[in-house]
Amino acid sequence: MNQLVASRVTRVGLLFAAVAVFFSALISGTGASAAPTSHTNISFHNTDPSVSQLIVGGTVKNDGKGVAGIKLHVTGQGFDDIATTDENGKWQLVVPTKQKYKVEIDLTSLPKGVGLRDPNVTVREADVSVTDTAAVLFPLGKSTRVIQSFGDQLTIRLFAGLNLGLLLAVAAIGISLIFGTTGLNNFAHGEMVSFGALMGYTFAVIFNLPLVVAGLLTILASAIFGYFQDAALWKPLRKRRVGLNQMMIVSIGLSIVIRYLLLIFFGGETKVLSGTFEAVKLGPIDTTMSTIWSMGLAVFTLAGVALFLTRTRIGKATRAVSDNSALAAASGIDVERIIRIVWVVAGGLTGLSGLLYGLQFQASWLTGSQILLLLFAAVTLGGLGTALGATVGALIIGFVVELSSLILPVDLKYAAALVILILVLLVRPQGVLGKKQRIG
Amino acid sequence: MPNDIVVGKAAPGCKKIDPIVVASNVTRQFGGNLAVNVEHLEIPRGKITALIGPNGAGKTTLFNLLTGFDKPNTGEWTFEGKNIAGVSSYKVARRGMIRTFQLTKSLNAMTVIENMRLGAQKQRGEGFFSSLFSFLWKGEEARITETADDLLKRFKLDAKREDYAGSLSGGQRKLLEMARALMSKPSLIMLDEPMAGVNPALTQSLLEHIKGLKAGGTTVLFVEHDMHMVRHISDWVIVMAEGKVVAEGEPNVVMKDQAVIDAYLGAHHDTDLGTMKKGK
Amino acid sequence: MDLLLTLNLSISELVSPLTAAYILCAIGLSVHFGYTGLLNFGQAAFAAVGAYGMAIGVLTLKLPLLAAMGFALLCVVVFALILGIPTLRLRADYLAIVTIASAEVFRYLMSTSGFSEVTGGSNGLSQFGYEFYTWNPVPKGQYNLGLFTWTEEEVWLRLVAFSLVALSAVLVWLMMRSPWGRVMKGIREDEDAVRSLGKNVFWYKLQSLIIGGLFAGLGGIIFVIAMSNVQPSTWVTTFTFMIWTVLLLGGAATILGPIAGGMLFFVLLTLTNELLDGLRAIGWLPFLDQPQVAQIRFILIGLALMLLVVFRPQGIFGNKKELRFNA
Ligand SMILES: Nc1ncnc2c1ncn2[C@@H]1O[C@H](COP(=O)(O)OP(=O)(O)OP(=O)(O)O)[C@@H](O)[C@H]1O
Ligand SMILES: [Mg+2]
Repeated sequence: MNQLVASRVTRVGLLFAAVAVFFSALISGTGASAAPTSHTNISFHNTDPSVSQLIVGGTVKNDGKGVAGIKLHVTGQGFDDIATTDENGKWQLVVPTKQKYKVEIDLTSLPKGVGLRDPNVTVREADVSVTDTAAVLFPLGKSTRVIQSFGDQLTIRLFAGLNLGLLLAVAAIGISLIFGTTGLNNFAHGEMVSFGALMGYTFAVIFNLPLVVAGLLTILASAIFGYFQDAALWKPLRKRRVGLNQMMIVSIGLSIVIRYLLLIFFGGETKVLSGTFEAVKLGPIDTTMSTIWSMGLAVFTLAGVALFLTRTRIGKATRAVSDNSALAAASGIDVERIIRIVWVVAGGLTGLSGLLYGLQFQASWLTGSQILLLLFAAVTLGGLGTALGATVGALIIGFVVELSSLILPVDLKYAAALVILILVLLVRPQGVLGKKQRIG
Repeated sequence: MPNDIVVGKAAPGCKKIDPIVVASNVTRQFGGNLAVNVEHLEIPRGKITALIGPNGAGKTTLFNLLTGFDKPNTGEWTFEGKNIAGVSSYKVARRGMIRTFQLTKSLNAMTVIENMRLGAQKQRGEGFFSSLFSFLWKGEEARITETADDLLKRFKLDAKREDYAGSLSGGQRKLLEMARALMSKPSLIMLDEPMAGVNPALTQSLLEHIKGLKAGGTTVLFVEHDMHMVRHISDWVIVMAEGKVVAEGEPNVVMKDQAVIDAYLGAHHDTDLGTMKKGK
Repeated sequence: MDLLLTLNLSISELVSPLTAAYILCAIGLSVHFGYTGLLNFGQAAFAAVGAYGMAIGVLTLKLPLLAAMGFALLCVVVFALILGIPTLRLRADYLAIVTIASAEVFRYLMSTSGFSEVTGGSNGLSQFGYEFYTWNPVPKGQYNLGLFTWTEEEVWLRLVAFSLVALSAVLVWLMMRSPWGRVMKGIREDEDAVRSLGKNVFWYKLQSLIIGGLFAGLGGIIFVIAMSNVQPSTWVTTFTFMIWTVLLLGGAATILGPIAGGMLFFVLLTLTNELLDGLRAIGWLPFLDQPQVAQIRFILIGLALMLLVVFRPQGIFGNKKELRFNA
């Protein structure tokens, strides 16, 4: 999932690369970049490559040995060239301007029986916008391209969809509980996912704690984070009677603040969080124990939330507040207390989902913002701010995302989910989440 | 008083001599709650008709349905002889059937006079391209403003002309909304609790306005809980309870009707409703 | 640290063509949100449609640049219709989610490799703007304007960009003082009330979406002419949020708000960045490295957005009574 294609060089280099991916637009866009000349000189003429010091290059290796004759297609702004590897598997090109280049490996130039170790990645990025050289590696291995039957593909996609859907559901319930009790569309929810993922990384990798302990600490930290957000920000805003749309924009601001704080604290590189889990083969499905565990845990958590909401007094009170908070208050429920509990629960759940997400897809400061719209789509699809609705919506979104790649290019799988959201709202214009408002 | 309203005997859903609105089989269900279930209803033209009934009787919902703000489960109705069921709310308004809202909808971040001007219909300056050329709409705007100032004076809001509507009191907003509705010179005006929250001194003059409207040929249909008022100005009273029209007739007759008293107070009262103030 | 250079850099943001591009987008958003109350979180897409429309018009359809700009604006209208017809009936907060989703869908479609023949995929497009400089009436040479020295091309670009800003502001002023603008403001306050007065609210909202979108489309066009390329990664949601910050800074329902907001925003952004960077360079911020200083700017943007919305929702120029957030 959109891993930043950061070369594993130095820490600084990694940071640069990660930042540049997301920022390039803004840095040039605001014109307020660290490099002050970024747009004060607007020129339509590419600088002469012969005087350039910028180099994109790399080595193509199979089993530790360089492979000759591999063609690499390098493109960028006003640049288009092909490099071929030498007998050591090395290649390089001088490029004219500081920017990001795309490097595509020509699969037809590979020797027979050899394929990419990561068959989905034929294009990698070379970023010389900050540094002067960029290395791009395409590790080769035995061709893993096996033609799968449609049935097998479908099974694999369904499994992946279920997995993604469960992950989304755990996070989406948080959004839906908060929306239900306070009416807030919390755009900072994605950052709570990132927070969970990075906390998981902190406890499991940096502190090297056993995964179970790390997981519990992550949930605890995330729950505290949720409590803190409500106590420090949302509760005072409710007191001030700040409108819901205003609060929505506040949450956008908050999401930006948290996102970049996470970036500054943790750096931009993608964190590897997977541990050592054995591979598992279920029919055509290749997966790991960690995935199975994560799915089991998600199901367990979802069931727990369902029981909490339907069986416990606090759960019932939560539903009452969601239904009609004025009425709930009038019947003696302490609405503020319920909201506080909801934030704590939502924080913990979302942190857990971040951790599980990180275990399977790695963790970064962008983890949450990448799936935020999927979460909103899930909640909106599901309906009525109920936990059950959010779960159903999340599963639908998970399946749509994964199944869409059977017919659509992989880079459109999120688009497919968002299109589904828009289509559903077409049929139910009041929003599946919202009851039709009373007029007059 | 000779009967110039009804054909035959007054009864729920009876035929009128000259109806402006004719509705039949109008139902609206919210979940399991049948909020409106009107078999037949006719509103007499050129008269003041009061629509009364206990809270939750379905009066506001019926207003919403007739004016296109809500969609019925079933039902047909005509306005001035033309079928307007399913016609969108703004088109209903353009045909001369203007309503006000029980929960006032003044446009708070606009001044009182701008609120009023917005009420005028078919303004040339409301088209995008003509809006850019003020000479196309300046004259019209002056005429509209004149009408607006006239109405504001009548509703004692002229001193508030330049104030933001949000700064008005609740009662003043009610008045503003009514005055604004009159900007388009409707042939039927439907007022949802126009007097709620308006002080008694002003109520009297408002009643005169409403009578004046009738004199000017406008049909009035209004929802009201204050029985004195209903008795005082209405020519005809329609009573709803639990979504149904349960009684109809001249005010004096209806207020003594046992069905009406039951609907309001439960079965054990025999008071004349007219002696109740604010029958909530 | 060179304070003079810092100041100069910051002030040059005042008249940067990219500032003008953001201002145009913010003017569009003022029509959407400030005057009509539409919570459009997909403004980046309108700008992107303008930008891609022009680039594709030149490169694929082989149109002359001016015609390509016309084509781009036509695309914006079509996009507004496609977006608006299904979504303008939605409640305000749903509109927010759907517009943001649509903008992302559009960006995915532009960057997918499937259409890269036309869109350039994730590389984007370039070399569509040469003709713009052939129209340049400014004689060749260096123009020294006290603080800045510009080439004739830079002068021309700024001239065009800020003329468009001025023209747009005048247009919005003309629209909003008219009865048409009155209907818009009425819709912002309470669309049911306006409906009950016989106005076709849906059609007015659609007009607002189209017109505000056209300003953003122009903004996108200026943006990519200034950058001399279109890249899909420009039109991320953060682009939209910056436009919101610009708008809310100046005042959403004011004519001059977007202009002042845009200029102030970018001047302050550059100033704080340069100052922080200067402080870092002389060793006062030992815990930060250079890219982190650049990241702090985004934290400041986020904070500004939060504080503005809570404490001064009407912006610097706005009238508190005129603009309040509904709901
Ligand atoms: N949007 C809605 N959703 C669900 N129920 C509704 C809705 N609107 C009205 N109702 C229900 O329909 C019934 C009739 O409501 P309505 O507002 O028409 O009553 P009313 O006669 O105007 O009462 P009042 O005199 O108190 O204004 C009530 O039971 C109300 O709860
Ligand atoms: Mg009512």
